[in-house]
Amino acid sequence: MPGKLKAKIVAGRHLPVMDRASDLTDAFVEVKFGNTTFKTDVCPKSLNPQWNSEWFKFEVDDEDLQDEPLQITVLDHDTYSANDAIGKVYIDIDPLLYSEAASVISGWFPIYDTIHGIRGEINVIVKVELFNDLNRFRQSSCGVKFFCTTCIPQCYRATLVHGFVEELVVNEDPEYQWIDRIRTPRASNEARQRLISLMSGELQRKIGLKVLEMGGNAVVGYLQCFDLEGESGLVVRAIGTACTLDKLSSGSAPNTNTHMHPNTAPASNACNSPSKDGKEPVFVEDLPSSSGPPTPFRALPTSSSPPPFSPSKPCSRQSSSSDTDLSLTPKTEEPHSVRCRPGIFLCPSSPILSTDTLSLPGSGSVGCGRGSNPRATTSAPLSSIQSDSALLRKSVSFTEDLLLAASGMGSGGSAGKEAGPLRTLLRQQTQTALEQREFPFFTLTSFPPGFLLHVGGVVSARSVKLLDRIHNPDEPETRDAWWEEIRQEIKSHARALGCHAVVGYSESTSICEEVCILSASGTAAILNPRYMREGCLDIGCTDHRFEEPSPPNCGFCHIPYDELNMPFPAQLTYCYHCRRQKVPDVLFTTIDLPSEAAVAGKGCLIQARLCRLKKKAQGEANATAISNLLPFMEYELHTQLMNKLKLRSMNALFGLHIQISVGENMLLGLASATGVYLTALPAPGGIQIAGKTPGDLSSEHISSIQKRINDTIAVNKELYQINPPELAEEGVGSPIPEPRHRSRLFRSHSESSDELSELDLSHGKKDAFVLEIDDTDAVEDIHSLLIDAPPPTGFYSCNTENMPGISNWTSGVQMFTSVRVLRLSNANLTNQGLNKIFTDLCENLLKSFYFKLRSMIPCCLCHLNFTVAVPEEELIQVTVTAVAMTYDKEQTQEKTAEKPINKGSLEAEEQLQFPLELCADSSSSNIQTASKISGVGESTNMSPRVSSLERCSPLQEGRSRSLRSSRSFGGSSVTVVKMTPLSFLPGTRIIKYLGIINMFFIRETTSLREEGGVSGFLHSFIAEVFAMVRAHVAALGGNAVVSYSMKECVFMENPNKNQAQCLINVSGDAVICISETDQESSASTANTGQTGGSETDGAT
Amino acid sequence: MSVELDVFVGNTTIMDEEVYQLWLDGYTVNDAVKVRMEGGVMDECEASKDVLLSDTMDQYRTFQMCERLLHSPAKLANQLLFQIPPHRQIMLIERYYAFDDTFVREVLGKKLSKGTKKDLDDISAKTSVTLKSCRRQFDNFKRVFKVVEELKGPLVENIRQHFLLSDKLARDYAAIVFFANNRFETGKRKLQYLSFQDFAFCAGQLISNWTVGAVDNMVEDMDEHAFQTLPSLRGKTKVFIEMEGSFKNLSRGLINIAAKLTNTKDVRDFFIDLVEKFIEPCRSDRWSAADMKLYLTHYTNSAHILDTFKHQVVWDRYMGVVKSCIFKMYHD
Repeated sequence: MPGKLKAKIVAGRHLPVMDRASDLTDAFVEVKFGNTTFKTDVCPKSLNPQWNSEWFKFEVDDEDLQDEPLQITVLDHDTYSANDAIGKVYIDIDPLLYSEAASVISGWFPIYDTIHGIRGEINVIVKVELFNDLNRFRQSSCGVKFFCTTCIPQCYRATLVHGFVEELVVNEDPEYQWIDRIRTPRASNEARQRLISLMSGELQRKIGLKVLEMGGNAVVGYLQCFDLEGESGLVVRAIGTACTLDKLSSGSAPNTNTHMHPNTAPASNACNSPSKDGKEPVFVEDLPSSSGPPTPFRALPTSSSPPPFSPSKPCSRQSSSSDTDLSLTPKTEEPHSVRCRPGIFLCPSSPILSTDTLSLPGSGSVGCGRGSNPRATTSAPLSSIQSDSALLRKSVSFTEDLLLAASGMGSGGSAGKEAGPLRTLLRQQTQTALEQREFPFFTLTSFPPGFLLHVGGVVSARSVKLLDRIHNPDEPETRDAWWEEIRQEIKSHARALGCHAVVGYSESTSICEEVCILSASGTAAILNPRYMREGCLDIGCTDHRFEEPSPPNCGFCHIPYDELNMPFPAQLTYCYHCRRQKVPDVLFTTIDLPSEAAVAGKGCLIQARLCRLKKKAQGEANATAISNLLPFMEYELHTQLMNKLKLRSMNALFGLHIQISVGENMLLGLASATGVYLTALPAPGGIQIAGKTPGDLSSEHISSIQKRINDTIAVNKELYQINPPELAEEGVGSPIPEPRHRSRLFRSHSESSDELSELDLSHGKKDAFVLEIDDTDAVEDIHSLLIDAPPPTGFYSCNTENMPGISNWTSGVQMFTSVRVLRLSNANLTNQGLNKIFTDLCENLLKSFYFKLRSMIPCCLCHLNFTVAVPEEELIQVTVTAVAMTYDKEQTQEKTAEKPINKGSLEAEEQLQFPLELCADSSSSNIQTASKISGVGESTNMSPRVSSLERCSPLQEGRSRSLRSSRSFGGSSVTVVKMTPLSFLPGTRIIKYLGIINMFFIRETTSLREEGGVSGFLHSFIAEVFAMVRAHVAALGGNAVVSYSMKECVFMENPNKNQAQCLINVSGDAVICISETDQESSASTANTGQTGGSETDGAT
Repeated sequence: MSVELDVFVGNTTIMDEEVYQLWLDGYTVNDAVKVRMEGGVMDECEASKDVLLSDTMDQYRTFQMCERLLHSPAKLANQLLFQIPPHRQIMLIERYYAFDDTFVREVLGKKLSKGTKKDLDDISAKTSVTLKSCRRQFDNFKRVFKVVEELKGPLVENIRQHFLLSDKLARDYAAIVFFANNRFETGKRKLQYLSFQDFAFCAGQLISNWTVGAVDNMVEDMDEHAFQTLPSLRGKTKVFIEMEGSFKNLSRGLINIAAKLTNTKDVRDFFIDLVEKFIEPCRSDRWSAADMKLYLTHYTNSAHILDTFKHQVVWDRYMGVVKSCIFKMYHD
């Protein structure tokens, strides 16, 4: 009986009138958990009842605690007829299950009814008493922390990054069960809400188990999604990055150089290696002395020799159990201070040894996955499929090399965790270890400096599937296999780019009827090569590259792949920064701009939008049609992105997200990214217009378009303040010897490659992009290229965490969600017409935002997240969530190096390093290896840390000061809860993560007109969702939600029946944040007007 | 092609004060867009008409959703649906309960009943305040009336606490409630020259001096006991009327008004009486405001000279109010 849940119902307020005669309500409350229900007394004739109930106690398994929500139902007592339900509150008690998060949930919750919306509020107190469970076969995973944030959370330090975790759970959708025909909409909605709540709980628990098996204690970058597959069921799936996090106690200065054994950290932080030994975190301190099973994942740096691995010794990868013992010795003076120059250990999945991992596009029955190498803009233009597959085929051999090479270093077995006594457990763990090795993926999008070494480019894969009923929900093999397939493809693409890892990884689906598009994308990257030397060597990278530390502000741009064996034709030049290594001409990534990157000017949101009509079809024919369209869409989107990037005179895209949404008669594609000028990359050439054949179109026409384009580029250069430092022509940076390819772009409908060579492109700028005008469509496309209005003065926009070129945020924050649905009444629309409509829709939305938020000028729209859907034939739905943040105009010219100040994350100051640790062979555990590790590691690891420390040292001081400050919040009647899709709030520091917020709501109405039509209905629903999120955060004791996102917003209407239904899923991290108090940050965030405790000054 | 659905929801509720005013003034969305366009908002952010329309619709919806809460402003502070900064809440409430003087002048002293509400379209036409706005104002009066009707304690303070209004607005509402409750006649042609503010001032005087326990107990009825003593004055003051006829008439007028105050029905005519019996004669004699002041001061004080006059306190109480009312009302 590992847990006791206690709930107390205090009072209600603003209840609706349930008795028309008296204008009053006789309310009582049912509290339900699992199968146990308690009731309060009836509080007669009051709209503000005071129940002040006893403590209702539930004795339950911790497994149930994780899965089940606490369900509170408010009812109106009726003597003669059935009691009427007023509404419900679901409380996720997960945050109470780990010691570092909230200890009590107490506050006012909106009473929610799926038909009537919010109807009054109820005051509830919930507590959990958790008993430690020593059972190693338990199915619960209490204590594993979850974060939506896609970077290492502030106030935590990652000691280990274990890698990718994924899980999915399926069930039948109650909405499609037979019983739904006879029950009320309310009952149906509630069944669905409850089921999804249960499923997310279960999913989280299962992922937690996997994390524990890997030896981690947290999931960062947790991304949970629903697939409403209709008849065929309901899928809840999640991915994340397993980590071992240590909490930075606010008392210790983070920049002291003492290195501590992590196990000596306070017990609350020490749930580092619990489940392996089947022990609860509290026992961790006993670990060193115990002769029990070792902690294999732990490689422990000492104060004098931080990096544990000798790069030259392959065997050192295999962390051995002896590490633990060894690391005990270098305990330093203060046993309880947190180690501050942390090493982050990474257990990357080493490649599996099978040789058939490459799934070529087009393989599979209906599935047509297509990996796109966006960086290969110069790659094969039209015949993308063939050329692409050819390309990939070429890379098969290439990858095989890698595989062979990898086999040396992978050498796995699944670590010493097999010390577990039971075979079943053993097998289970081996399996997960294998799986983990299979996918060296990271859902994180920003990393501590020095972690990300090289970025190869975006890798993505899509596959079209036909949904069928899930017959056995307990074994969702098909869905698992689908994703497995896609992930394999992603991995092979990454290998083709010479990369061993994928960062900024995400997965999504689009479902229409029985067709489902599965998509995955990420950024191929090389992480910390110092510890991957052999791998890199074998891949074919030149060794010298890694001899010297790559400069932090350009290193990640350097190509990871072999120049002579490039996976696609690309233009390479020597890095404009260090002049030593090759860089590509453009760089596309799905991650955030690394904080150390050198940029010129500001970034901006770049979107490519595309509509493609498709014939209505059923089943396999439909799926085939869609998979045939996909490559063309991807290609077009990339073309658009590239053109728009050039038009803005930028050379890199960050946070690239491509969404392809399927409808009955069309496909929508929307690619969003933040463009930026990386000074390490060559300056982008212009765009050149050329007629199909000279004199085909009037040359004046062409030249006028050309002039417009040139003007636009000039205007944009000024707008985004792109003034890259002029480079001297002499010196190391001599142009590369190989002949330059001229990059070319062609309209997809102008195929014949013969024409290409005939074009005379010699005039104009070097590197110019060529747009060929061969028909009116092309002209229109170019026009549409130019339509994109720049944001009005005072506004900037991006879709990433940090805005390139702006760092001095002030305190103004406004998160918003906007939904627009467009009905296409024109039956016979062309692709071109549709494109225009779709583009206008997105542009108008942006214009609306600028107008609405004009009072915040100067301001930047950050993390603009567009989601498109085709809910019905002829309907296009665009949902946007973003945050507007004010900044101080005076200081925008500041050097970009100071950006991390406002990013505010401890990770930057912490100078985390992620030494890679491979899963060690269980047998190869000896002390000697470990001692070598730490000895050699010292020398190899010094330089980057020093350099990065220098860069950020002033920051550290500031931060340490602010760490000491503490402030209590004043109590107004309603706590102000800020929400942001970013991982930070400007001008504040997060001092505590209270747990994940993951809520799912359904709202339905049968009186649509009375509620103000569809807009009125959705408007109040979104407002209600916000209110419920805020209430839950406030009840946890928090004052903000970071990394907030609206995962799902499914809207269905039937105006004729006066009905509408909407489903919304939101998630985020509930946090407590306090305002920055130290002088440094207050200087950088002038105008914040926020003051904190004055004792901080005295402390320094 | 048409926009089927278009919403924008901020975590902190976004409200434009200008649009709020247009909404309060009863403009339709399209009219509001027109007004905003003329106001030059479009230039601010390179906005188009569509953008303006979408923004106006959003805000109107927000206001409509807020309206329910504004009906009991105390709820606004502890509701959870909208996150509105406190200063904005104050603005929302203050503006929602603000009213047009021209409109309130029309309904002043009328019963706040359904019948009156039906006539609002006439008033709307007359005052050129939109019907929607008239209805809101009328409902506000009615709501405030209903709430304070059952409450004990000082009227102004009750209104301020229950509706979180500013002192000035609370006083105005107290005047409106007071007028409505006593059904003072204000609609006669002769009273047309008086503004709402004139009446509000007088009401303030009446409330604070003539209602029982003006400070600790709001009573709609006049202090009857006090006024019952006044008729006895009649005979006595007559003795001192030795001046010109006009003086005699004026004095008699004031005394008669005082005498009538005992009868609730006649109380309604208090203002018309003041005008007919006193202000109009004075005006026809072309008295200046200063003359008037001098006269009333001496007149009040002269009563004290009489030894036989036993009701000094009541007399002062009566004359103090009458005097200040007349000062306020004596203008063109």
